[in-house]
Amino acid sequence: MSYQQARWVEPLIFELSKPGRVGWTLPEKPRERINVPKELLREKLELPELSEPEVVRHYTRLSQMNYGVDSGFYPLGSCTMKYNPKVCEELAALEAANYIHPHQAEETVQGALELMYMLERCLTEIAGVARVSLQTSAGAHGEFVAMLITRAYHKSKRDDKRNQVIVPDSAHGTNPASAAMAGYDVVTVPSNARGRVDLDALKATVSERTAALMLTNPNTLGLFEDQIIEIAKVVHDAGGLLFYDGANLNGILGRTRPGDMGFDIVHFNLHKTFATPHGGGGPGAGPIGVQKELEKFLPVPLVEYDKKKGRYYFDYDRPHSIGKIKGFYGNFGVLVKAYVYLLLMGGEGLSEVTEAAVLNANYIMRKLLGVDGYELKFNPSDPCKHEVVFSAEPLKRMTGIGAHFVAKRLLDFGMHAPTYYFPPIVPEALMIEPTESESKEELDRFVEALRTIAEEAKSDPDKVCSAPTATAIGRLDEVKASRQPILSWRAYRKSAKG
Amino acid sequence: MVKAGNYDAPDGLYYSREHEWVKLEGKLARVGITDYAQNKLGDVVYVELPEVGKQVKQVTEQKTKEMELGAVESIKAVSAVYSPLSGAIKETNAALQERPELINTSPYNEGWICVLDASALETELKQLIDAKAYAEYLKKL
Repeated sequence: MSYQQARWVEPLIFELSKPGRVGWTLPEKPRERINVPKELLREKLELPELSEPEVVRHYTRLSQMNYGVDSGFYPLGSCTMKYNPKVCEELAALEAANYIHPHQAEETVQGALELMYMLERCLTEIAGVARVSLQTSAGAHGEFVAMLITRAYHKSKRDDKRNQVIVPDSAHGTNPASAAMAGYDVVTVPSNARGRVDLDALKATVSERTAALMLTNPNTLGLFEDQIIEIAKVVHDAGGLLFYDGANLNGILGRTRPGDMGFDIVHFNLHKTFATPHGGGGPGAGPIGVQKELEKFLPVPLVEYDKKKGRYYFDYDRPHSIGKIKGFYGNFGVLVKAYVYLLLMGGEGLSEVTEAAVLNANYIMRKLLGVDGYELKFNPSDPCKHEVVFSAEPLKRMTGIGAHFVAKRLLDFGMHAPTYYFPPIVPEALMIEPTESESKEELDRFVEALRTIAEEAKSDPDKVCSAPTATAIGRLDEVKASRQPILSWRAYRKSAKG
Repeated sequence: MVKAGNYDAPDGLYYSREHEWVKLEGKLARVGITDYAQNKLGDVVYVELPEVGKQVKQVTEQKTKEMELGAVESIKAVSAVYSPLSGAIKETNAALQERPELINTSPYNEGWICVLDASALETELKQLIDAKAYAEYLKKL
């Protein structure tokens, strides 16, 4: 087994710039004069100047030094880095999807509206909710809008005492952040010895001040919250709402539904569960679904169908709506990819996705349990769902080498590292999510790599501590990067001068 | 100085189970995080200090915002720092803004976080433990 990533000595594109070099010739005089106010005009743009082949080669080299789900195994727990089928990209790139404009008249984009209408129907069925808004543009955006809907709901009941949102201690950091952004105080509820929400602690935490509980199920440890019916009752009896964080929907897809568990608001990460690309800051979609009672608060507009006229339209006439939360109707291209994926899989296919994802995670769990250096902190006899959180604490105790080093050394095996040091309730956490996309051979290779690293930690610790060496870039100085971040060409030049 | 495994816990300080230490200075209490806490966090890159004058409550099992003394951010995680005592913030360690790594290099001295004007010192001290008990507590974690 050997892996070597491409390694170019590639300058920044600004450093490659030569004055006057172009890849494109613009007309000397603009066809139309636009009156731009003087104070907004700039003499110099300070953009890099290069020819087209120089630009293409530059980015090709960078891409060769990159790593993605198209280059190899990517078991990044909680992120569901599943393979994105290419046909979804192809269809989203079709003119009919790619060249429409949000200002076009509704009768000219009936197909696009129909797609959104149908996607919404699919998502309501999958989650067991009444309606879904497709506008929200990322998972955390979905969470935030869920909190705004929670606020609108309590306000409509003239219940203004509710200023607390409860999150488990294993929750994603975005949960407390979203609640705080919406003006709520965050209260943490601990996990019990089984790695689930501690029901007694929850009972002691809820009160007339509880606005909502934010929960993922399966939870962040990859374990199913088997007391979810009781949890829902506790929250509802206290007058709070139950929010489902869709981060782990891949663990229950087509097998059970958040709505059936008692959740009032549900969000989806289309990039996790429905195979659209992870944005990396690009366009995303985190639709949000609600039960009947909350429907009127959803953002405007919703896509409706007028049976008499046989046409789809945007409905803005929703007086109780929390309003608009995104430009136009969300990121349509992402919605196309998710809809294609849903049609590709079909209902049965989606259940099989979950079966394969859960089987793969359990396969890794069973095999890795026999490897010295890694252990499970919660009930090893419990099956996991789509992901499993190991602790490298035994390895750290034996050799001083913890999860961080294991993760870095894995890169030398041509695999992306699992999520590490998360959730924080597991010391030396390695959060592994293989997804349904991988073969048995790939899973075996991964477990074998972790076994090899544990052995190296004992026999050749320097090798592990100096990793990665087979990658384009070696060990980064994460502390310096956090303390003195240089995030732009301008900042880089300034720091070089300084 | 008490040793708990690889971690230090100086005598004469009071400790919370959330890994903060308290050093009494007359009627005031100096507060920071323990050697164990800084070790678990790893390299600290940013410290969010509380505002001077802010009223805080002593941490209990049910943690709320009123018990927070700010946060410590490392390359691993952001962790809230909980107040081991109730009272008003009297002073904060401005040096941490430029040199957050002081929490790693000198958790019990230069890496202190704030000074509290404790409002219920006598009763609340009973909730805290001494160095020996803290070392025992760490062994069980």
